[in-house]
Amino acid sequence: MDGPMRILIANSSPDPIYEQIVRQIKTQIIAGDLAEGELLPSIRKLAMDLQISVITSKRAYDELEAEGFIDTVAGKGTFVAAQNAEFLREKRMKVVEEKLAAAVAEAQLMGMRYDQLAEMLRLLCEEGS
Amino acid sequence: MTTDYAIEVTGLRKRFKGFGLKDVTFQLPRGYIGGLIGPNGAGKTTIIKIIMNLVRPDSGSVKVFGLDHRTHEVEVKSRIGFVYDVPGFWGDMSLNAHRRAIGRFYPRWNDATFDRLASEFELPLNKHFNVLSHGVQTKFALVMALSHDADLLIMDEPTAGLDPIFRRELLQRLSTLLQDEGKSVLFSTHITSDLARIADFITLIRNGEVAFSLPKDELLEQWAVARGDASMLRRIDPSLLRGSRRRAFGVEALVSDASAVRNTLGSEVVIDKATLDDVMVLMTAEDRDAA
Repeated sequence: MDGPMRILIANSSPDPIYEQIVRQIKTQIIAGDLAEGELLPSIRKLAMDLQISVITSKRAYDELEAEGFIDTVAGKGTFVAAQNAEFLREKRMKVVEEKLAAAVAEAQLMGMRYDQLAEMLRLLCEEGS
Repeated sequence: MTTDYAIEVTGLRKRFKGFGLKDVTFQLPRGYIGGLIGPNGAGKTTIIKIIMNLVRPDSGSVKVFGLDHRTHEVEVKSRIGFVYDVPGFWGDMSLNAHRRAIGRFYPRWNDATFDRLASEFELPLNKHFNVLSHGVQTKFALVMALSHDADLLIMDEPTAGLDPIFRRELLQRLSTLLQDEGKSVLFSTHITSDLARIADFITLIRNGEVAFSLPKDELLEQWAVARGDASMLRRIDPSLLRGSRRRAFGVEALVSDASAVRNTLGSEVVIDKATLDDVMVLMTAEDRDAA
């Protein structure tokens, strides 16, 4: 692919292909790897590059557009939408929340208690700072 | 606005001895790839031959680009690139001679495109058609079909007998063609694995009938294969049960709503995403059991 966008599709993933695309583009926008105003490949170019159906890539773009991550300008193409700072912060918080939720689910599966989990989180935070 | 269709097939019927098409109806919107899948002998080739006006149906209609395929046959056919299993070329004529003989019938024939594709596919242009391997013959048929700027590519079993490298190359060609949103592709296949990857719509033909015609994503996301003990089939909502077969250690069922079945049967069964192979095998299993 020409632009800075990176997408990797796992056929064995239980997630539908369009969801994998949506998630990866969102992550790159939130992380700032895809900057505001960046031109994205057309729906048909994306389908060709990933060797997927046109309907699948269209659905991914429709969803990103509905969530305000991208804008399509008729005749010009699809661009990364302007993200206001507070909105972006909220989205980043949401990513943290989702990852913590996944960690909590994993912990509950093996019967970890809240205090054990909290202790682990405290150690991780200290390590990172 | 009405949807713009590349192909509209409505109510096709055709009786042959011991076989028939029954009320075959499906559409392919312009700008997309449609796959006709189904076991050998289900009627896929007959449907394609009717679209190409090589076989006349007993009743029903076919519109291509919104035009009746018989009253506008010349215009319709000049805009179709046709690749079929047994290519209709002359055995003792060179590929180059084919180009000269066939090319002039197409208003939008492009020699430069032909030369470029022929060299990309490494076609031996001076060799006679009948000395070529089946794979090379198919490549040639594809190059011919792509050289007259067709708006619709119709391919009957294009990947039969082709190696995986060429199958990948074919997929790449098709998605390149689809960069132009006015172009459409219809193919038939009984091997569902590779062409299905880029198909937008899937139409399953079973015993001369359309078992379903759906966007592929809807099919692969909502349908599933449930495996459980013999009593499982009785507890699946019959309107969701699309096919089943008995296995040595239980039964396998194809269901059209994975989450509904997960909710009602829960942990008594295992549920997997359905592949197109699963769909084809399970939806035609009863026919084979009955046969």
